[in-house]
Amino acid sequence: MPKQPATAATPEPFTTVIGLEVHVQLLTQTKLFCGCSTTFGRPPNTQVCPTCLGLPGSLPVMNRRAFDLAVRAALALECRITPFTKWDRKNYFYPDLPKGYQISQYDLPFSSDGHLEVVDPKGAFSRRVGIIRVHLEEDAGKSMHDEGAGTGDSRIDLNRAGTPLCEIVSQPDLRSPQEARAWLNELKLLLVYLGVSDCNMQEGSLRVDANVNLHIPLPAEGGGDARVAKTPIVEIKNMNSFRSVERALTYEAARQWEEWQATKVEMGTIPKQTRGWDDPAGVTRPQRQKEESSDYRYFPEPDLVPVTVTEAEIAAARGAMGVPPTALRAALAEKWKISAYDADVLVNQGRELVSWYEDLATRVGEGKVASNWMQQDVLRTLNERGGTIAEFPVTAEQVADIIGRVQRGEFDTSRGREIFAEVLASGKAVADVVASMGIAAVSDDDLVALCKELLAANPKIVADVKGGKEQAAAGLIGQAKKKNPNANPGKVRQTCLDLIKGM
Amino acid sequence: MQLLELSAVDLVTAIRRGEVSAVQAAEAFLDRITKLDGSINAFLHVDRTAALARAADVDKRRREGKPLGPLAGLPVAVKDALCTSDQPTTCASKMLAGYRPPYDAHVVARLRQADAVLVGKTNMDEFAMGGSNENSAFGAVHNPWDLARAPGGSSGGSAACVAADMAPVAIGSDTGGSIRQPAGLCGITGLKPTYGRISRRGLVAFASSLDQIGPMARSAADCALVMETIAGHDPGDATSLADDVPRYTDLLEKPLTGLRIGRVPEHFGPGLDPEVAHGVEEAFAAFKAAGATIHDVELPHAKYGIATYYLVAPCEASSNLARYDGAHYGHRAESGSGHRSAAKAGGEFESPLVEMYCRSRAEGFGPEVKRRIMLGTYALSAGYYEAFYAKALRVRRLIRQDYLDAFAKVDLIGGPVSPTPAFPLGEKTSDPLAMYLVDMYTVGTNLAGIGGISFPCGFTKGGLPIGFQLQGPALSEPLLLRAADRYQQLTDWHSKRPPLPA
Repeated sequence: MPKQPATAATPEPFTTVIGLEVHVQLLTQTKLFCGCSTTFGRPPNTQVCPTCLGLPGSLPVMNRRAFDLAVRAALALECRITPFTKWDRKNYFYPDLPKGYQISQYDLPFSSDGHLEVVDPKGAFSRRVGIIRVHLEEDAGKSMHDEGAGTGDSRIDLNRAGTPLCEIVSQPDLRSPQEARAWLNELKLLLVYLGVSDCNMQEGSLRVDANVNLHIPLPAEGGGDARVAKTPIVEIKNMNSFRSVERALTYEAARQWEEWQATKVEMGTIPKQTRGWDDPAGVTRPQRQKEESSDYRYFPEPDLVPVTVTEAEIAAARGAMGVPPTALRAALAEKWKISAYDADVLVNQGRELVSWYEDLATRVGEGKVASNWMQQDVLRTLNERGGTIAEFPVTAEQVADIIGRVQRGEFDTSRGREIFAEVLASGKAVADVVASMGIAAVSDDDLVALCKELLAANPKIVADVKGGKEQAAAGLIGQAKKKNPNANPGKVRQTCLDLIKGM
Repeated sequence: MQLLELSAVDLVTAIRRGEVSAVQAAEAFLDRITKLDGSINAFLHVDRTAALARAADVDKRRREGKPLGPLAGLPVAVKDALCTSDQPTTCASKMLAGYRPPYDAHVVARLRQADAVLVGKTNMDEFAMGGSNENSAFGAVHNPWDLARAPGGSSGGSAACVAADMAPVAIGSDTGGSIRQPAGLCGITGLKPTYGRISRRGLVAFASSLDQIGPMARSAADCALVMETIAGHDPGDATSLADDVPRYTDLLEKPLTGLRIGRVPEHFGPGLDPEVAHGVEEAFAAFKAAGATIHDVELPHAKYGIATYYLVAPCEASSNLARYDGAHYGHRAESGSGHRSAAKAGGEFESPLVEMYCRSRAEGFGPEVKRRIMLGTYALSAGYYEAFYAKALRVRRLIRQDYLDAFAKVDLIGGPVSPTPAFPLGEKTSDPLAMYLVDMYTVGTNLAGIGGISFPCGFTKGGLPIGFQLQGPALSEPLLLRAADRYQQLTDWHSKRPPLPA
């Protein structure tokens, strides 16, 4: 993949510096510190117990499954896993935090110092983004603020309280909103591949906060050296999709540039600002600061014991990882002789679809042909219909059957597509569809007869071809299709040319 | 009256044999409560109907020849810090007045499984914070030996009800001495087991790394009986120990010959009441006479115990008590309901929510609880954490090491439980620091996570009990109980009853 500096194509007189903080809910059946279900969408406050309600006397007990999943994620992000980690309490008051503290990890996260690379398949950028830390914590409940009716009531749903949450903090290594979006896509893909999270942003199982500022090169002036000015870092919250992240960052970079030009205020001179993304308005707005500076009074959680991680457990987590997307892309491109772009498209659809593709490619014997069919027919209809490849009504065996018939010359690709569409619509077997559509291989004698008929009816085309304009023969193919839809266009063309040559 | 004087061991045996019915036993103690508790105030809640029904069920099953638990028919009083699904659990706080937990504490569930009869919930210092029981939102407990004096705390209700024969055994909790100190001041026996020996699940947390539930009774043998039911691993408490529970009652009889008991010379310094000192020295002599040897040992960091304890405990408490914010359960202030309109009128608070929090906590907590929440919040704050909490944790490790070093030389460490006998109600309420010093001999056990037992070893001239404390290494409960039981076989201090109407 060709590497280009990210700023090569950007005309802005600054570099946008972005770091991301991603929270993902882990795919466990039960919560992090109690046995309550984590199923999304149940009636409010029905998946709760004394522990996640924070009732007097209740105690947390760690869900080892959640810890193992988090270790798997951290390993896939190339993080170092500490052999000994502990829990801490983060103290603050809020109604969706029933204990008055969140059990989290403060100064000894279970993993740190990793990275995740994102490569644009079209070569626009390639970026290795450092991971500062990955830690595990419990989610809070959900507050629903009733802004209407003048009462200002808030309703609290604690079903989510205690759900295991992995916090992934990146280094400020991203250099454009596009990169940030692409990196998030790559992170999500990886976590879904690992089976660690479903990363469903609508259901809140993946949440992103972004830190952004601008680095502005300043020329030497007044005898001083040239230097880089940095605008104050802004944390953006409330982004509900990766697209919002990209839009919010784009907006915020432009806003900071304008502010810089107006104020020349640099980082470190004012407190860090938090701004919320208003998606319909397409702007970020300052959020009210909770306090001058929040003091969470972290201290070690005395109700839990430290967690130790053995080499054997790390090996087991590694074993459960499977092939990550990056390696799978390279393996697919190499094994099936397809382009990096094609491999990227396939891998980005998830592990199930890749298996489906490999099944198809094996049956067809040609990776590129199978890839074309995947992208032009299978994926297109899958996207239109929605659902997963497992639910797709046409099997890889059926598609391979159609491709095989094309390869053997029974009919051409466009006719094959029609058959694919009919198999999809009717649910019938390929052979039945072929028969019902009256498709039968056209014999050589019939083909010659058809072509002679066409040449007789088109003296001008014959004359043109004789005059050296072979492309004029294309005009015959459409007519041939009308007379016999099963006629192979290539064969029609060749036969006509041969016949004209002999005339 | 005879029934009330039976030991728990004998009472359980009598009920099992049918010599006494469980209902008779329950009635005897419930009647005693009715008669005396107006002047002692040991109970916050008594459920006579439920207790009698439970006792009747035990009797019925015994008649039908069905299996019965090891504590069948034994009346038990439970400190109001343990959750009970059928009785209120208030921690003697206005914050939790009328609060009914939806579940039983692990220990309560075990007692029920053992067919014990829960007679009621005992008074205590609010959220177990205090050494005199005067911090209860529902009135002080009066010491049965002198109703004008404090019973000690925080398990003062549990200690007083056993001393006054209102229950043969009670459950207490000990964070810095809250079982041993009131046991000492009320002339009964109280065991603070090794941290983790008994599940804390359902014990309303004061300081999680120090809290431990334990039995309080008239004798070490009765404590041993209760321990067999309440001790043991609970997968619902991550800090609970997995070690097997021995048959404590079977391990009491071995003589003390060769037992090495440590004596810390610093314990006998200034501040120790001379009559208490005398009683404690007499106890050492009795142990010596029973075949034990006495050795001077050092606990070099013991002098930092109170300072360390009063950082660690309030820090954890400030976080543990954050949940009492009026939002979900417990006391919520009438004013500051959380509505926006209310806040606009006030202006003092940054939001109606914050107003509700502040007013609810201001109204719901008593002064000592507020004091400790403030101490803990301060000590955990940015800029102070290192100087206070982190340093306290380092000293705590040194204190733990002191004990490890001492237990390399001796089997147990003996000494006073508290510096004075029971003090008059009101004497220390205006001097929190003086009150904190009543814990000076007991906090080390909790900071080190080891076991300790206190039992009566004499009386002052004025007729107040004097307590003796033994501390032992982790999981030394069999030895602590045996040493105390052997002592009680040789002496009769534990059999003395307070001057109460019969």
